[in-house]
Amino acid sequence: MLWYIGRRLLQLIPVFFGATFLIYFMVFSLPGDPIAALFGDRPPAPGVIEAIREQYNLDEPFIVQYFLYIGGILTGDFGTTYSGRPVWDLLVQAFPITFRLAMLALAFEAIAGILVGLIAGLRKGRLFDASALVVSLLLISVPTFVLGFVLQYFLAVEFSLFRTTAGPGAPIQDLVLPALVLASVSFAYIVRLTRASVADNIGADFVRTATAKGLPRRRVVTVHVLRNSLIPVVTFLGVDVGNLMVGAIVTEGIFNINGVGGTVYQAVIRGEGPTVVSFVAVMVIVYMLANLLVDLLYALLDPRIRYAK
Amino acid sequence: MSQEYTLSSTATADTSASAPLLQIRNLEVGFKTQRGFVPAVRGVDLTLHAGKTLAIVGESGSGKSTTAQAIINLLPGAGQVTGGQILFEGKDLTKLSSSAMQNVRGREIGYVPQDPMSNLNPVWNIGFQVEEAIKANGVAQGRAARTRTIEVLKEAGLRDAEDRLKQYPHQFSGGMRQRVLIGIGLSSRPKLLIADEPTSALDVTVQRTILDHLETLTRDFGTSVLFITHDLGLAVERAEQLVVMYKGRVVEAGPSAEILANPMHPYTQKLVAAAPSLASRRIQSARRPETTDHLDISSVGAADDRLIARADARESGTHQDLIRVSNVSKVYNIRKGGFKTDQLKAVDDVSFAIPKGTTMALVGESGSGKSTVAKLVLQLESVTSGSITFDDRDVAGLRGKELLNFRRRVQPVFQDPYGSLDPMYSVGNTIAEPLVAHGVGDRPSRQARVRELLDQVALPASTVNRYPNELSGGQRQRIAIARALALKPDVIVLDEAVSALDVLVQGQILNLITDLQAELGLTYLFITHDLAVVRLVADSVCVMQKGRIVESASTDDVFDNPRQAYTQKLLEAIPGAHFQFGR
Repeated sequence: MLWYIGRRLLQLIPVFFGATFLIYFMVFSLPGDPIAALFGDRPPAPGVIEAIREQYNLDEPFIVQYFLYIGGILTGDFGTTYSGRPVWDLLVQAFPITFRLAMLALAFEAIAGILVGLIAGLRKGRLFDASALVVSLLLISVPTFVLGFVLQYFLAVEFSLFRTTAGPGAPIQDLVLPALVLASVSFAYIVRLTRASVADNIGADFVRTATAKGLPRRRVVTVHVLRNSLIPVVTFLGVDVGNLMVGAIVTEGIFNINGVGGTVYQAVIRGEGPTVVSFVAVMVIVYMLANLLVDLLYALLDPRIRYAK
Repeated sequence: MSQEYTLSSTATADTSASAPLLQIRNLEVGFKTQRGFVPAVRGVDLTLHAGKTLAIVGESGSGKSTTAQAIINLLPGAGQVTGGQILFEGKDLTKLSSSAMQNVRGREIGYVPQDPMSNLNPVWNIGFQVEEAIKANGVAQGRAARTRTIEVLKEAGLRDAEDRLKQYPHQFSGGMRQRVLIGIGLSSRPKLLIADEPTSALDVTVQRTILDHLETLTRDFGTSVLFITHDLGLAVERAEQLVVMYKGRVVEAGPSAEILANPMHPYTQKLVAAAPSLASRRIQSARRPETTDHLDISSVGAADDRLIARADARESGTHQDLIRVSNVSKVYNIRKGGFKTDQLKAVDDVSFAIPKGTTMALVGESGSGKSTVAKLVLQLESVTSGSITFDDRDVAGLRGKELLNFRRRVQPVFQDPYGSLDPMYSVGNTIAEPLVAHGVGDRPSRQARVRELLDQVALPASTVNRYPNELSGGQRQRIAIARALALKPDVIVLDEAVSALDVLVQGQILNLITDLQAELGLTYLFITHDLAVVRLVADSVCVMQKGRIVESASTDDVFDNPRQAYTQKLLEAIPGAHFQFGR
């Protein structure tokens, strides 16, 4: 097991280099001169531009720039933005907020999604199942910003159940409504996944055997149907951790949350290579750790994976 | 059974000897489908007395499993009892509430399911699954439940039960899993055990051990057993009473030996006639030419050549062996985590030859390496050492076009008629696919060939546009055979090709392949675990054990005069081996 985790962690290294290199290359080849953009319409003194170019190693060839940058990251120096702010400050400010939002959304979609999916799967073809299918289809079809604005208007503006936008530092109570919006699509997918998986497992031979053993129905469902049905759902949740972290741009925009999405968006617009690459590097690591966690959970849920190495 | 686990139910078990334990009266069960209500069991009556054993026999779809499942209400979602009574110790089980039924299940009526592979939950360990039954039925709680679990598993024949409690189903062999399931079924000392095809997925030798064990246990505990089986030999050997079902009805019932010796109903007669046993002889094709020396005298020269060739063959002692397997071994490397590998010798120094136009059977238990030999002969895997020649050419080095030509002449038919046909391909496309792949003919000629092949395997031409899910297992296997015949091969490798079929269908398919052999001069490599079938089709037999051939002789020699203890054991294990069926 430890060997397996170690091997997976080692895989992080090439992926880290590959991803940062690609992103760095893409940002590097964006048109426009970020230094010129920094000064707007007023042309700076000629010496200033030279000085800045030198400070950020902009005169070196691309590959040298990349390795200088990576070297910095490995020694804890994430560089500064072109306006002189350390990128580390931005990371520390944005990631915790987005992380909280994503975890809240994840908790919501996992708990509610699995519950609704389980009931729908057990009552396949009945009213609850049909309604769950219609609602989930609706949630998948409606774009996030529409749902976001609608919920914001009714729940926050009209009924004042929540604050319209998140306050400074985005305290957890201000994130509940954004988390609901962020989770909506994934919730719908989890309902459908769980439902299909439960409906599949309920007809399995071992479920019939469990019933024949004399187990109460509640135990048959929780012990023999649910655990087996969670395997595909866990896979989805793992991939979704990444999506929730990265894909919150729209939701963060609606509720005015200063998270990862907004920061990266601004950095891309301004051509701030170091900022973009730093954020992407962290995201890649989050993605990979989430996937590792899923694989470990997988092994926990399914012993066949645990032993079949 | 240990004294401390006295069960509440045993106190009342002492009912008068004459009252039956289980009495089914005029039972009607049906399934709700999209096309309306489909009756599956139509007015079934049966009676089982305490301590006795009864077998329900019939082909798949006869309603035998449905009847059994109706007793403890295990019918799948769409099924329901629509009439009649199921009296268990006088109380009608069809009228019980679901919680009352829950108390009957496991505690009073145990259940051993058919397929040991799919009936244990893969994600829970064995100990957990047994212990849960013990706790749910109130046999023991806490630490006592753990002790009892070990006891139950030991009773069921799992010697190292303590060490294996924490293991998962996939770490057990099929036979071991079935022992676990039998342990679960008997864990609460039920008065009745329903055994639904308990060993049909297992090898004959394993089947015998398990059934013997089950018999000992149920006799010791005084448990009545209701067997559901399609195997007449098994029924006559294990059950005193027999109920024959056909299309949802009971067609014949009575003492089993009597029924099988003297079947009255036409369906039972057919079943009995089709049951392969050691007393059977090789099927002779109706289409087989009278004399084997069927010489063409119109062109004298050709006849002379053939006579000379034949004389040469006789002299050199080789009867034109089409396939010759010489000292073949196959070793698999098994990864053991990290960089360690283990070697598994699946086939060990195997040699045999198959003369043209004959059938050689390769017999053995699962894991004996017989299917690996099939893969080697088909060149789906490469040999580790030794050589395989086909038509005097080594097949190991075949590449590209030559390999394609080889494949054209050597075709397979596999075991599972459900898995070996593409569900998205119509029958016509399935049969024509080899023709397309090898670029044989054009569209109209292929269509004509497909019709011809369907005719050869005795299926109506209208089958062309149907899909596998609309066909029965036997029909599917006919299609698999038609597909194998499409390229007019010389050799067909039949890997357990009839093992998944009911006796009647099995009999039809065996007749079909015998006829085709006579008609087309085919050579068969027939791989099976079922010795009784071998006697019906094979000219010679090789018995495999642990990757080696332990006995090799003509079919009659092997059956009448088995030399190896292992072969004798295999023969002994055939259910009903020594029973003379009425014909």
